[in-house]
Amino acid sequence: MQLLLDVISWVLLTLGGIAVLVGGIGALRMPDLYTRMHAVSVTDSLGAILVLTGIMFQAGLSLATIKLIAILLFLLLTSPTASNALASAALIAGTKPLDEPDGGNTGAGR
Amino acid sequence: MYYVFTLATLVTMALALARAILGPSVYDRVLAVNMFGTKTVLLLAAIAFLYGRPDFLDLALAYALINFIGTLAVLEFFRSRVGQRGDKDGGRA
Repeated sequence: MQLLLDVISWVLLTLGGIAVLVGGIGALRMPDLYTRMHAVSVTDSLGAILVLTGIMFQAGLSLATIKLIAILLFLLLTSPTASNALASAALIAGTKPLDEPDGGNTGAGR
Repeated sequence: MYYVFTLATLVTMALALARAILGPSVYDRVLAVNMFGTKTVLLLAAIAFLYGRPDFLDLALAYALINFIGTLAVLEFFRSRVGQRGDKDGGRA
């Protein structure tokens, strides 16, 4: 039983590490602010879910699991909010998306 | 098993710092700092179990709160700054 939990934790933590690393590389290599936000949102949502769930399997039923669930819920609530505020602030300030086929009239999220 | 994730997170934090230094506009820097804060939360949660001290989870929770409020405060500050100087350069600084 403990071995099974360890294997599940290994898989989840490794997948979370891969997601976080891919998002970090994307945040450095993407050409545009909005594509960078797209890369960073992977680490904020998928990486946080995988890593914190993997740690929860190690913590077992304890107070630490409740704290981890609180951290996960808070991250899932606040990181899209911060991304939305950042994107709308950049759009209001005049940062154009990189590729606009017909003048940006069909851009999503207006 | 926490070593792999800790190393990946440290590398990602270095990449986020590079983006925060390189980033051409203010919003790139804010994005990189926000990402750095989220990675700090995950790193604190991993270190709490790496060293067997679950008290660090309280620090992670507090850091998540402060990170969110800080990002919104910085964005609000720069929005009022951009409005004052007439938005000539599209937030570049």
